[in-house]
Amino acid sequence: KFSHLKSYFESTDSPEHFLQNTKYNAGDADVFLSTKMAAPLTLLFIVAITIRAVLFRSSLADLITERVEVVSPLNAWKRVVEGLALLDLGVSPYAGDVFHETPLMIYFFHFVIDYAEIVFMVSAVCIVFLLQFRKQKYALEGDRYPLDCLELIRTPREMLYIPLKVAMFYLLNPFTILSCVAKSTCGLNNAVIALFILSTIKGSALMSAIFLALATYQSIYPLTLFAPALLYLLQRLYIPVNWRRPSFWLFTTQYVFMYLGSLAVMVCLSFFLLNSWDFLTSVYGFILSVPDLTPNIGLFWYFFAEMFEHFRLFFICVFQINVFFYTIPLSIKLKEHPVFLIFMQIAIISIFKSYPTVGDIALYMAFLPAWNHLYRFLRNIFLVSVVLLACSALFPVLWHLWIYAGSANSNFYYAITLLFNVAQILLVSDYFYAYLRREHHLTHGLYLKRKDGSEATLVLK
Amino acid sequence: MALAGLREKPMDRLCLLLGEGRWPIDIIEELVIKPLHSGDIYASFQFRTQWDTDFLLGSKVSHYRLFPKSLGQVISKFSVRELHISFTQGYWRTMQWGQPFLPSPPGAELWVWFQDTVTDEWPLEVITVMFVSYSCSVDLAWKELTNVLSGIFCASLNFIDSTNTVQPSASFKPLGVGNVTDQRFLRYAVLPREIVCTENLTPWKKLLPCGSKAGLAVLMKSEKLFHSSFHSQALHIRPVCKDWQCKSTSWELRQTLNVVFDLHTSGQGKREWSLFKMFSRTLTEACPLASSSKVYVDITDNPQGELFELSPATPLVSQAVVLGDGRTYSVYDLTDHATFGQTHSLNVLLRWRAAEREMLRPLLHGERYVAGYGLQTGEIHTLVYNNHPYRAFPVLLLDTVPWYLRLYIHTLTVTSKGRDNKPSYIHYQPSKDRLQPHLLEMLIQLPPNSVTEVTVQFERALLKWTEYTPDPNHGFYVGSSVISALVPSVVAMDTNNTQERPLFSSFFPCKEESTYFMRIYTEPLLVNLPTPDFSMPYNVICLTCTVVAVGYGSLYNLLTRTFQVEEPSQGLAKRLANIIRRLRGVPLLT
Repeated sequence: KFSHLKSYFESTDSPEHFLQNTKYNAGDADVFLSTKMAAPLTLLFIVAITIRAVLFRSSLADLITERVEVVSPLNAWKRVVEGLALLDLGVSPYAGDVFHETPLMIYFFHFVIDYAEIVFMVSAVCIVFLLQFRKQKYALEGDRYPLDCLELIRTPREMLYIPLKVAMFYLLNPFTILSCVAKSTCGLNNAVIALFILSTIKGSALMSAIFLALATYQSIYPLTLFAPALLYLLQRLYIPVNWRRPSFWLFTTQYVFMYLGSLAVMVCLSFFLLNSWDFLTSVYGFILSVPDLTPNIGLFWYFFAEMFEHFRLFFICVFQINVFFYTIPLSIKLKEHPVFLIFMQIAIISIFKSYPTVGDIALYMAFLPAWNHLYRFLRNIFLVSVVLLACSALFPVLWHLWIYAGSANSNFYYAITLLFNVAQILLVSDYFYAYLRREHHLTHGLYLKRKDGSEATLVLK
Repeated sequence: MALAGLREKPMDRLCLLLGEGRWPIDIIEELVIKPLHSGDIYASFQFRTQWDTDFLLGSKVSHYRLFPKSLGQVISKFSVRELHISFTQGYWRTMQWGQPFLPSPPGAELWVWFQDTVTDEWPLEVITVMFVSYSCSVDLAWKELTNVLSGIFCASLNFIDSTNTVQPSASFKPLGVGNVTDQRFLRYAVLPREIVCTENLTPWKKLLPCGSKAGLAVLMKSEKLFHSSFHSQALHIRPVCKDWQCKSTSWELRQTLNVVFDLHTSGQGKREWSLFKMFSRTLTEACPLASSSKVYVDITDNPQGELFELSPATPLVSQAVVLGDGRTYSVYDLTDHATFGQTHSLNVLLRWRAAEREMLRPLLHGERYVAGYGLQTGEIHTLVYNNHPYRAFPVLLLDTVPWYLRLYIHTLTVTSKGRDNKPSYIHYQPSKDRLQPHLLEMLIQLPPNSVTEVTVQFERALLKWTEYTPDPNHGFYVGSSVISALVPSVVAMDTNNTQERPLFSSFFPCKEESTYFMRIYTEPLLVNLPTPDFSMPYNVICLTCTVVAVGYGSLYNLLTRTFQVEEPSQGLAKRLANIIRRLRGVPLLT
């Protein structure tokens, strides 16, 4: 079963071998995918598209479009249509406070407004295709680990099912379906991030920088994905992260320039499209200063609705810095594992961003099957999943009680958002814990013994 | 400043020398009483002060004579060209009462046209600080003006700020002479929640030339005026033509007060009324300063006296074209001593003889309501009725919606007779959160004998807890829609010679014979918004910060610590034993 894994271990640690193994493995997987996985994947796509198409045509679509959990002021389809209507009236869409999409987005929709449903379905399916390529990496981790960790290392057979699992997790996730049916532009932002991940993993620095710039341009927060992308590309080129190496600086500067250059091009293009800088305050100012307190699943709305006026600025700064704050420590801790770092960053963004929706959650949840080898180290996955499920069910119930029935008040809904976020935080930190623990076992062996030979327990110190 | 002072003195002397002839002031007062078809009585007072001077011609006016000084100073300080202010308690029911002479929305309404020279009035520093632009200095003048008026009228006009001020592009054209129609110089604001009471009436009465001491103003006893179905007091300042040639202008100050008394229910079911019943006063003299002082009673429906009987009878009858319809009035001239008769007082009394006939439906009528349930979204419906049997005419609809009801203009639909009726002109200014309201202005053609429905969807915003009014669950008011129209008239309108007509028929300028200008206001809306729990800001801050701290803490934990094999903890007895062994210098237990 482990015959060719063993051959990894026997091979030397030289980059050439490493690369060969990679190619062999990836190629093998692709062949396998094209023959054996094609049928279930196609079936999955047909099912996923059918569900979406049926929902688009049903009366539920209008209901879903209004849900505050699914759409936020930033990405609601209703507001995109409003922006286009304002353009038709000859008013700048940024003259009011309803439209917060970027200018490129409005011009994109200007052309595809009639095919919006198709665009959203295609983008959902595309994301799945883009997320496929993550499988390549994990087969490489096998070498240089102690032999008793074999059961921690995934077999190629397991690896081959990851794309299918990722596809299922993304396409059949109710959060994704809701987000797609509500035509939330969050789905398109997810597609941009997926494109960025794909091009990074493929090793194309230019494309990676362009898509990262596009993602940043759309919603600022993906800025924190810069660090993992850089780390991954460095790792791929066998450039050690070393301050004294000129090659490190050379590549970093190159990547920074590509990123900033494409960002500048996009911003300038936006300026020339509308001939005003209004979009800067209307998009980025809106994201950062949180003026719209429409309830959502995040932490910002109720906190800033109840905030004392003279502390508002302070807490806005604290909450926004909080999103970007983890980048550097996480990059240091996970500098060997940039893909996991990408996952951590996306999860942190979707928990702590100012206008989160379920579409953002769906993106990082699609990564979870890729970490199924961590499952044995998760501590409270059962509790967390139950809480997440219960909260998802309670959101519409308590919303109804507050807004329509009048028998509850805002605190009820707020309590559920709090619980939902605690569960998400526990989920992410649990995966982080499991990842670190697996790394520890990979270097120190799975069954640790004390000096006296009794079984030892691991603790964080 | 010194120059201005020097210039002032000869002016004063001139004024003293020439007396009344130099800058004549003409004062007219009148009261119109109209028995309404619903059995209510509509009483409308109008006082006009016309002064042939120019506040803005460079010379500082310091001698105001009978013109209220407080208003004169406001005009010259803020370069006001036209000022219209009204305070209204209650809603005018067009379907029961017909059209008012001067329409006004519930609450306070203020609209002002500024001079295009408004920038010159400000000191240089202000202009340089606030980068020179007209609208900027207009905003500055508007802000100060509202605060000053708030003091003059004891009203909450100081609550007018950028969130409820708009610049309509077509609905509010200047009513006086002049040709500046650039909307940058116009500001319009409505406070629908303003409650009007005695403290607003007293300063308003003080502006009258005779105060409340003589003339028609003696009737204004506040406990009677506010015990009514509708009360509206207004003040209009505008430049008008001095004579029919219109070579020079003079300033007109028009103060109006409209009351609808519900004498039918408060009068034990009897449909009789008299001045004394309505105002608990009678008239004894005209205002000595007034050149004309008249009481008009509408007797159009009663040409032969078969419907009601009016006493004392008066031989004077006046015909006027009011709101597109020819009306007949009995006139009591208070400047004539014979009017007061033997008792030296005039108490007009009306006795009904026959049942009332049905009222004709008003040609134009508007209604508005909010549809939908729940606190998330809603829909504003505006219904505009054209009751003319065969004439279509266009109306201008103006909607000002506060920012916290986020309008979606793409959901705007206009339907007449079941068909889509696309507005030929739309002026839409979207709202800015906490800065400016929505302004929606459109020109709609109303087909004959039709109801036109205008709907637009909105979303209710959750506000900061400090932005709610003291009683948040009462709801938030949205000011009336304004419908302005040129309505086809039944009788040919009188387009020239506005000087001779009674005041109530000569307010809106009339340019064509076949149509007359009409403005109606719909009901204000009361909309509920979702509210946060006001009692627990501390709890929310603590709980949310806790969750963020949980996130921070768990990540910090994993980032800073490393995995280590747990050392078995020694038992308490063993540890104590080791301490003793250490003291004794014996090898420790493991």
